[in-house]
Amino acid sequence: MATHSAAEPLWKYQHLAWRAGFGIDRQTLLQWQSKSVKHVVKTLLRQHSSTPTMLQTEEGRQLREQLPSLSRRFLQLTADEKKQLQKLQREGVKNLNLAWLQEMSTTPDFLREKMVLFWHGHFACRVPNVLHNEQMLQVIRENALGNFGTLLVAVSKSPAMLQFLNNQQNRKQHPNENFAREVMELFTMGRGHYTEQDVKEGARAFTGWGFNAAGDFVFRKNLHDDGVKQFLGKTGRFTGDDILQILLEQRATSYHVTEKLYRFLVNDEPDAHQVQILADHFYDSGYDIPALLERIFTSEHFYEPQNIGARIKSPVELMVGMQRMISVTYPNPNIWLLFQRSLEQVLFYPPNVGGWPGGKSWIDSSSLMLRLRLPQVLYAGSVWNIRPKAMPDEIMDEDLQMQPATGSAEEQQRVRDYIMHAIGSRMQATVQWDDYLQQFHDVAEAQLGVEIAQLLFVNTPQHVDMNRLSEYVDHSSRERFIQSLTIQLMSTPEYQVC
Amino acid sequence: MLILHRREFLKIGSLATAAMLVPRFLKAFEQPGLSEGQKVLVIIQLSGGNDGLNTVIPYRNDIYYASRPQLAIPKTQVVGLTDEQGLHPALEGLKELYENGELAILNSVGYPNPDRSHFRSMDIWQTASDSQQVLTTGWVGRYLDAQCSGCPHPSVQAIEVDDTLSKAMKGAQYTGLAVHDPTQLHRASDDPFFREILKKPVVDDDHLQVDYLYKVMAETLSSADYLYDQARLYHEDGQYPDTQIGKDMKTVASLIMAGLPTRVYYLSLGSFDTHVNQQPQQQRLFKQLNDAILAFRNDLKKHNRFQDVMIMTFSEFGRRVSQNASAGTDHGTANCMFLISGGLKRQGVLNAPPDLQNLDQGDLHYEIDFKQVYATILNKWLEANDQLILGKNYTYLDFI
Repeated sequence: MATHSAAEPLWKYQHLAWRAGFGIDRQTLLQWQSKSVKHVVKTLLRQHSSTPTMLQTEEGRQLREQLPSLSRRFLQLTADEKKQLQKLQREGVKNLNLAWLQEMSTTPDFLREKMVLFWHGHFACRVPNVLHNEQMLQVIRENALGNFGTLLVAVSKSPAMLQFLNNQQNRKQHPNENFAREVMELFTMGRGHYTEQDVKEGARAFTGWGFNAAGDFVFRKNLHDDGVKQFLGKTGRFTGDDILQILLEQRATSYHVTEKLYRFLVNDEPDAHQVQILADHFYDSGYDIPALLERIFTSEHFYEPQNIGARIKSPVELMVGMQRMISVTYPNPNIWLLFQRSLEQVLFYPPNVGGWPGGKSWIDSSSLMLRLRLPQVLYAGSVWNIRPKAMPDEIMDEDLQMQPATGSAEEQQRVRDYIMHAIGSRMQATVQWDDYLQQFHDVAEAQLGVEIAQLLFVNTPQHVDMNRLSEYVDHSSRERFIQSLTIQLMSTPEYQVC
Repeated sequence: MLILHRREFLKIGSLATAAMLVPRFLKAFEQPGLSEGQKVLVIIQLSGGNDGLNTVIPYRNDIYYASRPQLAIPKTQVVGLTDEQGLHPALEGLKELYENGELAILNSVGYPNPDRSHFRSMDIWQTASDSQQVLTTGWVGRYLDAQCSGCPHPSVQAIEVDDTLSKAMKGAQYTGLAVHDPTQLHRASDDPFFREILKKPVVDDDHLQVDYLYKVMAETLSSADYLYDQARLYHEDGQYPDTQIGKDMKTVASLIMAGLPTRVYYLSLGSFDTHVNQQPQQQRLFKQLNDAILAFRNDLKKHNRFQDVMIMTFSEFGRRVSQNASAGTDHGTANCMFLISGGLKRQGVLNAPPDLQNLDQGDLHYEIDFKQVYATILNKWLEANDQLILGKNYTYLDFI
């Protein structure tokens, strides 16, 4: 890159851009480089708007309108009406998925959306209800860069989570322990810091927490067990709110959440000593998320060599990173769901309550080869001839007709070829090359290769040998050279890490 | 062959010295696939929750007929096996296997605290976890972890006939290979650009993740080559039905016959999620399953391999005893499993029919933990340390 009076080396900014966001374009990178890393981090944490506009879907809007009459007639609905309703809900979740993916791919507030992606995995939840998903996503988006305690309480009271973890079935004399268990095991302390008895007592405190047809949290006093509970060494007539506060008082909560965030932002393999230091500060700050992020992103440790390129991008990070660099649009945006499903990270459909395990679990022989072929598909019209696994609780199969009629193998193959042709044909993708090409307008011919590699890769010293690539790149024009080299570089293992 | 050697070297990461690994690689090219008597497991996943009560039918039980006024299979159509139970008419071909001692049926297989969600229950079956526990590795994947250090092509040890890999096939160290068709896989991975970048010398530095990806990539390309080269050695001429499961079973047979070292094959058939209008859907899928299994078994018998191969069918859950209002059934709990092989020690129906009188909220109680079935197969069929793979000891069953 052209050297301005660089405050610090370029790779630091590149590393920060991938961890605090989804990569960076050349112009922004050069702007960043004229300031210190500390200054850039402070600006990132300050510049986001505190109340993001809610992401809503057309299906959600229709359902909201119908809600009063639906809840009145719910018991009288015919089987057909119920089926239509389910379809509308699922269609909505699908479109919410696409709307959020689009938001991540275009927003200037990338740090927030990156954190929302983290909390979306931390508070893993899978409900076939678009309104509940919209509400929970918004709660997370409003608090992703706020206070963890506030976020925890808001998510715990969201209908999506109460439904997913069966707290509607948790009532006096018939406790259901699922909610209390997951709150302790996954959201706060983590395994090994509480007893089965604590789970039972916690479950009693959460009795009566529920939501009404409008999707508002309600506390049903007559279902609540208001007896004395013994929880983590304390005794009292605890309510659900008390339990969450007691959990926040535990240092184990700070450690567990910090460790998870460390895996997401710093390294798939946590450094226990570093996590402890960060967790103590997080606890002492009263769970202030921006303060924790500032500490991470400005620490010397964050920029140590073992942490550069140490994370395998999740499928969503990979796709959003590519979209932000060179945007592609399809007339049928469902293809983004097909990619998510083939690479096994579908937003709003985490694999289980634990969220996506991340790290090396993203990679197996098939998924790696698919990832390496993705740039060819997005930018060079290759066909994606992959049929992802069925999702039984899902309607996407119907929409994409991914489940061909059970006929002869030949017939199935025909249907399959047709689908692949329909959603993967090169006629349909529109690639916005202009902005991308424009970024290199001031770069001399001889420098192009290096500049492009520096923009796409974080671990510059180790990347693929550029001389080897020469015969795989189109030298017929400057434009073709940039395009083909970019696609080839994105098709490497180096581009899979950040 | 030279190319293969060179890529074998590339596979060596920064964690091992080349000298240490060379002899094993060289040996790898000489050794035959399966040694004498080594057993093969073929898992068929019935996705979506197959209705077990209409699979193995309690055709003498009044409660069954009372609970399913439209859905119960009439006595006259049931393919009788024992005095109490028989098969769905579309599974007619299995009767011959039953009479030959090549079929074992387990009733009421499940697990404590059953989960009625597709995705969670499938997770439990594929990872062999408890209901309350979330595991990130699959049981076949952990079998690879336990058995494969030192295998020349670890991922070829377990093959899933599909485009993508199920969680069941993912271990901590090793994962199986997803392949629909060796030729297709070979074409997809045989990309000169990929071969070119793999020539990059492995850099021993802190970027172990990149290193790891290069290793997976090299391993995948070399497995794809190996599979393609081996599969070409055998021309499959068995008669298989023209269905997806038929083609998949044919692929499995041809890989077995080609002498691949693969110990576990994994296939799926579905969807059995029959909330609405169950009968035609189940009928159609069962006919496909029946015909594919029969063709596979005849093919293997012809080549005298059926005593070394066992098919195991499973589903994430069975369905509610009573039918619903849409001529279908809703999510349930315990279910039947088939074990099909020429090498069974005990055959026929191995335990009592499900108890329809004593239900848990309208669903069956389980009698056999599915992890006992896994443990039995891991220990007695695949000669692996089941306790290490499953995390605790389960009582073995006696079908092998």
